[in-house]
Amino acid sequence: MIAHIFEDRCTGCNDCVAACPTHVLDLGEGGIPLVARIDQCQTCFMCELYCSADAIYVAPEQDDAGSVTAHAALAAGHVGRLRHDYGWDRAPPSGQGHLSDFWQLGPLLREGAEIAARRYAARARTRD
Amino acid sequence: MASIAPTPLIADVLIIGGGMAACWAAIAAAGAGAQVVLVDKGFVGTSGVTATGGPNHWWVAPEPGKREAAIEERHARSFGLADRAWMARIIEETWRTLPTLAGYYPFDGDGKGGTFFSGVRGPEYMRALRRFASDRGVTILDHHPALELLLHSDGSVAGAAGHARLAGAGWAVRAGAVVLATGGCAFRSGLIGSYGNTGDGLLMAVEAGAALSGMEFSVSYSLSPAWNSTRTLPYFAARFFDREGQELDVPPPMVGEAAHLRALAQAMQRGPVLADLTDAPEQLKQRLRHIQPASLAPFERRGLDIFQDRFPVSLFGEGTVRGTGGLRIAGEGCETSVEGLYAAGDSATRELVAGATSGGGAQNAAWALTSGRIAGAAAAARALKSGARHHASVTRAGRVGLSPSSTASLDDAREFLESIQDATIGYDNALWRSAEKLEKGQIAVESAWRTIAEHGRAQGLASVALREHAAMASVARWVLAAAHARNESRGMHMRVDKPTADPAQESRLLVGGLDRVWTRFENSEHRSCVEIAA
Repeated sequence: MIAHIFEDRCTGCNDCVAACPTHVLDLGEGGIPLVARIDQCQTCFMCELYCSADAIYVAPEQDDAGSVTAHAALAAGHVGRLRHDYGWDRAPPSGQGHLSDFWQLGPLLREGAEIAARRYAARARTRD
Repeated sequence: MASIAPTPLIADVLIIGGGMAACWAAIAAAGAGAQVVLVDKGFVGTSGVTATGGPNHWWVAPEPGKREAAIEERHARSFGLADRAWMARIIEETWRTLPTLAGYYPFDGDGKGGTFFSGVRGPEYMRALRRFASDRGVTILDHHPALELLLHSDGSVAGAAGHARLAGAGWAVRAGAVVLATGGCAFRSGLIGSYGNTGDGLLMAVEAGAALSGMEFSVSYSLSPAWNSTRTLPYFAARFFDREGQELDVPPPMVGEAAHLRALAQAMQRGPVLADLTDAPEQLKQRLRHIQPASLAPFERRGLDIFQDRFPVSLFGEGTVRGTGGLRIAGEGCETSVEGLYAAGDSATRELVAGATSGGGAQNAAWALTSGRIAGAAAAARALKSGARHHASVTRAGRVGLSPSSTASLDDAREFLESIQDATIGYDNALWRSAEKLEKGQIAVESAWRTIAEHGRAQGLASVALREHAAMASVARWVLAAAHARNESRGMHMRVDKPTADPAQESRLLVGGLDRVWTRFENSEHRSCVEIAA
């Protein structure tokens, strides 16, 4: 759940209010967005991705916004980390895109399933 | 009824929804020369299950015999309910269309020196579709949840009305044709990206007279850490343990999906189940952050190492999102049985390409893209041909949760959600269906639905939430009625009291109705009305 909005970083652009698909945020007085409907937060992290100031932190639990303090989130380097991992905070390095590994998703998914299938078959043989 | 909206916007085509099917529909309609307005409940770019995902599209080159083989292979797994011509259509349309996104999406290498087109990452894909649609002249209205359809006196669709949540005012759009691309219904299970997927479009369409198909094929689950639903890529090689550290005997995923889910669900009913990913592919361990960063965040932010630490998992219900059912497609243009109303993506039945199975990611994305394109083009053709009827009088079709049949005394229906979820996606009720369990669920859901229909009405944003619950209760009724009427097991519909397939039921099953829910096999004239014991 959305846990912290860092007012010292927030530019008041309200892009997060627009980007949140589940109406969690409202336009706040003085430009800082207001967490108005936290029970509707689905912990999709999209607000972080769309916050170019890295001023939002989403706690990892779908039903608990209080698990990580603002200080701990900052100290761990987790604020802005997701946007960085997506590459949305910078142009890709020359000759390599942010999505250069994406083709591996399908093969790695199938490889995982094959590992599980082989392990299951081996276990079944041991039992017999 | 919601407050009367201000002066309506005028369009040739109105698209309701903001995911990939909606965007492709908007792009196709605009490309056909129509003036297009797209309204979405949330934000086009982050709404829906594609935005948080990474859909792979069914991708088969037009080489001799290759597509025919792919179609035969999938058709053999459809339990007799898919259609080869539709499968060929989605392969071709996907193949031709996806590369047209090149100016908007950063397609990258395929590891073999070519371009990888078939798989796209959700946030970048939806951002690209938004830009593509905008450049085509589509008017995108975010945060404009639709509440109901508008109908001409002849029953054809005239537009829709809803609530503009940031403006805090009603809205209305008059259009020559409407495409519903509102997604499936995951019954608020917590499934990533599905919070807004409450079946709103299905309710709107049935109120206008449309029928649904395949609603019994709604038993699908997604494995995730218990505290936060993610995509499933990391978990395919998982080993599973109970609280005492005893390894569980769980059949592998994919090859025997039902056995895999049932073993996990059974264990979860006994107690916590822990996953262990130490067996995961080495390359996945190294590259997950670069491929699917959002799958790591829930772990890192808890101080866990996803590939080293054991963690509790849960199964998140996917309802008709990865389940198959939805609005019945009545013709080649993705039209519903209501004049001027078209359906695309997960709000339409996917049986045409997947039959009684989920279809898996690749087929589903190809379906969403293609049905969107087809519906958008057909809607544009109709609107441009029939011309404007924007001054004709219209009626509002919305009823359940909008226009109570008795005193308006209910403005919040959240109290019913738990019983709706239990009946539809509760592990035991869904994965081990029986007539007895279905009837029990029907009684609970019927009571919730009647209360909302008789007394539900709210204002402003609360009317949107009430309407979402009305839609979930309605979808639950149709799911249970269809699951009861399909008196056999077929694909993902598994009845413990009828464990085998009955050749006589190798037909799509239609369901619809409001006050009286009805079912009818497509190959039969006979329509049955559902009787609920009091």
